[in-house]
Amino acid sequence: MQTGNLLPLVLALAVLAYGLAYMRSRAVAAPLGGIRHLKSLPFYYAARASLWCGLPALIVLALWVAFEGKVIQGLVVSSLPSDLMPESEGQASLILSQISNVAAGKLDPQFVPPEIAQAGSLLENLRNQSQTFKAVLVLLVAVLGAAFAWSRVAPNINARESVETTLRRIFFVCAAVAVLTTVGIVFSVIFETIRFFGMVSFWDFVFGTSWSPQTALRADQVGADGSFGMIPLFTGTLLISAIALLVAVPVGLLSAIYLSEYASKRIRATVKPALELLAGVPTVVYGFFAALTVAPFIRDLAEAIGLEASSQSALAAGLVMGIMIIPFVSSLSDDVINAVPQNLRDGSLAMGATQSETMKNVIFPAALPGIMGGILLAASRAIGETMIVVMAAGLAANLTANPLESVTTVTVQIVTLLVGDQEFDSAKTLAAFALGMMLFVVTLLLNVLALKIVRKYREQYD
Amino acid sequence: MTNLKHPITASAEVKSESKPTVDQEVRTEEGIAYGKTVGKPYSDNAKFTLRDVNVFYSDVQAIKNISLDIAKNEVISFIGPSGCGKSTFLRCLNRMNDSIDICSVQGRLELDGVDIYQSKRDVVELRARVGMVFQKPNPFPKSIYDNVAYGPRIHGLANRKSELDDIVESSLKKAGLWKEVKDRLATPGTGLSGGQQQRLCIARAIAVSPEVVLMDEPCSALDPIATARIEELISELSQSYTIVIVTHSMQQAARVSHRTAYFHLGHLVEVNDTDKVFTTPEHELTESYITGRFG
Repeated sequence: MQTGNLLPLVLALAVLAYGLAYMRSRAVAAPLGGIRHLKSLPFYYAARASLWCGLPALIVLALWVAFEGKVIQGLVVSSLPSDLMPESEGQASLILSQISNVAAGKLDPQFVPPEIAQAGSLLENLRNQSQTFKAVLVLLVAVLGAAFAWSRVAPNINARESVETTLRRIFFVCAAVAVLTTVGIVFSVIFETIRFFGMVSFWDFVFGTSWSPQTALRADQVGADGSFGMIPLFTGTLLISAIALLVAVPVGLLSAIYLSEYASKRIRATVKPALELLAGVPTVVYGFFAALTVAPFIRDLAEAIGLEASSQSALAAGLVMGIMIIPFVSSLSDDVINAVPQNLRDGSLAMGATQSETMKNVIFPAALPGIMGGILLAASRAIGETMIVVMAAGLAANLTANPLESVTTVTVQIVTLLVGDQEFDSAKTLAAFALGMMLFVVTLLLNVLALKIVRKYREQYD
Repeated sequence: MTNLKHPITASAEVKSESKPTVDQEVRTEEGIAYGKTVGKPYSDNAKFTLRDVNVFYSDVQAIKNISLDIAKNEVISFIGPSGCGKSTFLRCLNRMNDSIDICSVQGRLELDGVDIYQSKRDVVELRARVGMVFQKPNPFPKSIYDNVAYGPRIHGLANRKSELDDIVESSLKKAGLWKEVKDRLATPGTGLSGGQQQRLCIARAIAVSPEVVLMDEPCSALDPIATARIEELISELSQSYTIVIVTHSMQQAARVSHRTAYFHLGHLVEVNDTDKVFTTPEHELTESYITGRFG
């Protein structure tokens, strides 16, 4: 039986176990004079039955599926005669794909050595057996679990505790998934990064001021020795993000203050969703807007006042990005400002403070951690944004603080390094991983710093 | 008893209700004559002059034609069952109801003869003169010093740091908190105990030298010892301030107040000297309430 069919079947069994255990617990309780004579509510007996039915079966299923392929492969390979035994990894995968093609019927057995053809049929046999074993085993575990739980539906057995414990473990696993994913991402990047630093010196990378990642493909190629200095990229990211935050933080924060403290309910009900709509616009559309409307406008304006401006500028990308991240600041700030207890407002107003004094002196300091959270979210969004920058700020890695020039950012370079047909062993492609790693480290440091600032200045209520 | 005559003024607006007059037959609700209060609601030495006050929450009338004087330097307590409107009425006195959109206040409310609802927006001066202490202690999440200095800073009462220090010290002394906190003025006010927090709020309120202090059930979140401390404080403060206190505890009303006002379903049923209210109430509703038949 296919895994896809087995999964719903196990769930159906779990539901069945739930119903049966529920009915049995009521039946057991009836002669005693009602469910209050049970140690736990019927729900808990039923939940325990469905957990014991479903969880072990699902775990067995998951383990089987995870190791099935490897085990079968091992068996097939060991069945091969010694002269066909693969010598290298590449050869092994070649033989294996031959075998599986024979097994799948894509390759006529006449074209391959008889041992391979034999192995192909063995592979198919093993696969079929595995399917059957898997189905039988999983269903057996499910039924046994349910039966055990069923037998443990008794007035003096407490099911509540085991249900609580199981739920707690399930919640823990869910929480662990997020953390483990982060760790996994770091590890997937870290090895490539180490390989990169085998080719390019760490100090050249961190303190280099020139970025032109064209490496020689042939030994005699000229004009492409490649320089990997990350400084221009990080200053570009910094410049654009700073411009974006300069737009988003004041506008977002002040609109949040207006919405939460001054606006009538009706205005709030219309304006808040409208503001949040900004976050829903695809970044490509913002990119159009930046490249076709804002950037030429800025260039014309700059020329009108006698400044030299590129048609792709950091300012254009930053401004549009700032508009895009307004809702991150405003929506979260609005929520935390609303969460400040009313009695603090009342206390301040009753002292004769005006609304804006109350805002500045009492509500803002109390809401600071949440506001900081919104700003951080907006900042990470700005640092990670790629599309607007590609379209409006260009690809030129200029080391400049002039917002009218075109710059590029870390994420944009990562994309350009990795698109197209690339080998993952040249310094050019590995540089993308190193940049990703650096970005990760820098944003992590920013987060830690922001957390420290918040701890210092926040005023904790209740 | 000369001032007992009902002074209906022409300026009183009564929305969607026929205006009661003395001669006409008055509307009654559960045995309460509409807009009629027994006892001694008026004073010759009035700080607050309140006439025909009606308060509506949207369409629901929370305060029904109440007229009352609050005298200078008296302690008056508002008692009555839950939902009778005593807190709503208290909050009219410093216009704290302004922040509730659906609330509208009608009638004549004067502080020292000046209408407090006159100016549309500016309540800063009124609230500087009429301070308030809330049911739940609500110190700001700032240091003890900054809590007390909050009002003086807003109203520009101190020109120098030393003046501010003096105000903070004297306010905390008046609130009976100085000895306990003088060595930790920089620690957060929220770290104090409940009773200390409430005294901090009182210190904060009196730091701007108000003329009136409104207290909305100031002891309901406190234990008996902290309550006794606050009551003692109220008696001391009554030397220099007019105090209006809403309370659920009749013993507290009897202990601290000169006059007691009994509210019922938005009506002001009876106002009189405290000992009179608690020994010989004139209205049967008052009598039922203070003898514990309901409430």
